Amino acid sequence: MGNPFVVAAGEVGGDFFKERSSGTLPCQADESHLFCFDWAKENIDRYGTPAQQHLEIVLLSVLIGFVVAFALALLAHRTRWLQPPLLAATGILYTIPSIAFFFLLLPLTGFGRDTAVLVLSAYTLQIIYRNTMLGLDNVPDSVKDAARGMGLTNRQILWKVELPLATPEIIAGLRVATASTIAITTLVVLISAGGLGTEMYGSNFNFPTAILIAVAIIALMVLAFDLLLLTAQRLLTPWRKV
Amino acid sequence: MNVHPLLASFSGAVEFIFIPQESNVTGGKEVGGFDKTMELLVGHIEVTVLALAIALLVGLPLGLYLGHKEKGELVAVGIGNAGRAIPELAVIALVATLVGIGLRNVAPALALLGIAPILNNAYVGVRQVDPATVDAARGMGMSELSIIRKVELPLAIPTVMGGIRSAAIVIVATATIAPLAGVESLGDFILNRNVYGENGLLAGAILVALLALTIEGSLALLQRRLTSDGLKVKTA
Repeated sequence: MGNPFVVAAGEVGGDFFKERSSGTLPCQADESHLFCFDWAKENIDRYGTPAQQHLEIVLLSVLIGFVVAFALALLAHRTRWLQPPLLAATGILYTIPSIAFFFLLLPLTGFGRDTAVLVLSAYTLQIIYRNTMLGLDNVPDSVKDAARGMGLTNRQILWKVELPLATPEIIAGLRVATASTIAITTLVVLISAGGLGTEMYGSNFNFPTAILIAVAIIALMVLAFDLLLLTAQRLLTPWRKV
Repeated sequence: MNVHPLLASFSGAVEFIFIPQESNVTGGKEVGGFDKTMELLVGHIEVTVLALAIALLVGLPLGLYLGHKEKGELVAVGIGNAGRAIPELAVIALVATLVGIGLRNVAPALALLGIAPILNNAYVGVRQVDPATVDAARGMGMSELSIIRKVELPLAIPTVMGGIRSAAIVIVATATIAPLAGVESLGDFILNRNVYGENGLLAGAILVALLALTIEGSLALLQRRLTSDGLKVKTA
């Protein structure tokens, strides 16, 4: 009793130890080794499936979160009195720790990916919603007046003037949301939804190499998404010379 | 009596918080109850407060200083952005593997997660203060230290507190998995499913959510008290 990870690790990555203890790589036995390159070379392929699961969960969550938050922001942009309650509601969702959130939903949605995606997309709402509102609010009144003077309808002003000008803030929100979702997705291992957390959890916390490889893959993922979103921003706002 | 299974699982969890009960996995042994809940709650608060204190001691002075000197933007903002991308599980896993377990190892590790938003927001908050205001203070003969303390910090309080609230949220959340590194917290109920059963799992989730909301609420109140009345008029 009192040693949670032995049993838990047995649940998620039971064969991890067997595989590892049967190995005879010299640096595996040496506990002072920070990183065992030989093990990494032989075992890098085991990270393929978890990385793919990780990626799928992140993409689904951010996509759903973006669609919902964007729709809420457009709604609140038109209906001003909705702003404070929406900000409060998304703030509460953001405050509840994701682990607690996973297990609160468990009686409703059970173990697995659905629960993970539901929680993670709810988690992104606040950041994306707040940044989209910020971007729309930052559009100068003079620009909107000019557009109206040119005969644009409210809908045209929103899609052709306000949203393009708000793009940098919206993308900034997406970058933060994506990075934190990639990080938090490591925890979905606790509800058996896979991801790179399985390799951290399954290492039983006495073999740093396994954890560090997962961390490196996550860092690469964060960087790749950040570059992708920055490129998208550049393409969407060609008038901004960066 | 027919009770909806969903209602049954939640009422079972609430009961678990207050009254020790036989769990579905321990075979007759009673677990949970108010005393155990309080013990774990105290542990959770202890590691959270300690980590937040360390994060404040490091992040706040550094952020205020860099903001005042108007330098180190890359460091302050970079740390803020990188901080969000650190996986909580990796922090706990690495500290348990490489440093050691227990409060004295885990609290500084959790503090690392909190330093990023505190440092970043303190820096941004001070930088946003109108330079004319700072010049006026300097012209009145205030020392640099008292400019930070009496002019810049009060004006930056909303942003600074925003960073502290983010730090508190991430620390209280990560403290939930601190039992993996040998620190008692409410996460015990969640992670030791083989001891506390399904009711414990849900009870832990409810308690952690309530604790996070309580801490966030108290910090929001604190922010309102610390914000000078002059700033409130402007934003109202």
